Amino acid sequence: MSDTSKIINLTLKIWRQENGASAGAFKNYPSGPISTDMSFLEMLDVVNEALTRQGEEPVAFDHDCREGICGACGTVINGQAHGHQQGTTLCQLHMRNFKDGDTIVIEPFRSRAFPLIKDLIVDRSALDTLVAEGGYVSVNTGGAIEANTILVPQQTADQALDASECIGCGACVAACPNGSAMLFVSAKVSQLALLPQGKPERAKRALAMVRKMDELGFGNCGNERECEAACPKQISITNIARLNREFFKASLFSREK
Amino acid sequence: MGFIFRTFSSSIGKKMLMAASGSFLGLFILIHVVGNSTSFLGREVFLSYAHHLHSLGFLIPIFELTMLTVFSFHIVLALLLLLENRKARPQRYAVVNSRGGRTFGSKTMIYTGGIILVFVVVHLLNFHFITRELPIADVVRNTLQQPGYAVFYIVGVLALGLHISHGFWSLFQSFGIEHPKYTSTLDRKAAISGLMVGLIFALIPVLALLVPGFLL
Repeated sequence: MSDTSKIINLTLKIWRQENGASAGAFKNYPSGPISTDMSFLEMLDVVNEALTRQGEEPVAFDHDCREGICGACGTVINGQAHGHQQGTTLCQLHMRNFKDGDTIVIEPFRSRAFPLIKDLIVDRSALDTLVAEGGYVSVNTGGAIEANTILVPQQTADQALDASECIGCGACVAACPNGSAMLFVSAKVSQLALLPQGKPERAKRALAMVRKMDELGFGNCGNERECEAACPKQISITNIARLNREFFKASLFSREK
Repeated sequence: MGFIFRTFSSSIGKKMLMAASGSFLGLFILIHVVGNSTSFLGREVFLSYAHHLHSLGFLIPIFELTMLTVFSFHIVLALLLLLENRKARPQRYAVVNSRGGRTFGSKTMIYTGGIILVFVVVHLLNFHFITRELPIADVVRNTLQQPGYAVFYIVGVLALGLHISHGFWSLFQSFGIEHPKYTSTLDRKAAISGLMVGLIFALIPVLALLVPGFLL
């Protein structure tokens, strides 16, 4: 424990729902004593241990790496996806950001395209479906080619790398007032459209991914910028502008149907 | 030609149509605000401007019909997008807390849009669908000297300014026009230009209300 660590007590208002078909409701839980050095997920672990000891069903939530790179965790904390700290996944949000006596409202990501599985866990496989639709490059297998055979300007590589930081957590969809997946799709399309390896399929990719996105029941982008503000990897909406261009060019000027 | 329909019925296509119709309406607003500013130069200039407009002849009904079409299209599309977006989140959040992305203008687009619609209907009833007995300068004076109408007009044009503060930047983003050198400036200029348009329009009812000799 660091010198600055404190013990705080919180009231948690957590969304409980047995499954997608049943009705859900908020339930209040006292957190018990929580160290401010804990991450948000560790705090939930402590709460779940107490619930288990009391014979109550623990709160179901998604998590995996707990170091901010896998994209598995994420719920809405006090109305903000991944909580209020900029550029942070929920697992990297620490309890020192909360005050003793705070009430924290914890809800699952809400989107028609993300059906609820249980409590705070939603099914985000719609994002995988989108990637399967075009978020890849087709390459022949065989020996790896020499890395510098195709030269990429540093600036372009940086832009592609920024877009590729997307971890597919779905916070953009959760934070968007319209439930749109444009930031996610634009990151995938940008990352590949910028690089020479992605160029042969860029028109096909833009068309396929946007059409699939519409089909999966996401909303329409309203240029509200909430996605960019909520993104734990701070992916910029300039990628959305690029997606708009890519889609427009592919629709009207490419040979792709 | 199926690909055209397919393109513009997609989510991005609809946003582009929203931006295209919005920029047309925005251009009209720009011309209208410049035209209205002739009222600040006195009765004669204002009447001469109105006279020149009326002398455009057959261009007037063509222009009016185009405006009606684009305006209706912009509204219908907005309602369609609103319904689709509502459906995309069947279960609402208990707590909604902006992360700082939304602006007051972007948040209130649908409401300012509604106010503009009511405003335009009343505005046309006041100045367009009338018997042309009095000179237009007197019609403006008589209408806007009534405090109720003056307040209504001020609220209407300020709502328009707010609508433009988001719409102006938003249309560039929807068209995919962005560049690190000018996008952030454009965003700020959009908010300022929206405010400017609202204030210039609002100056007319304010002057009519407070300056007894306005347009006399």
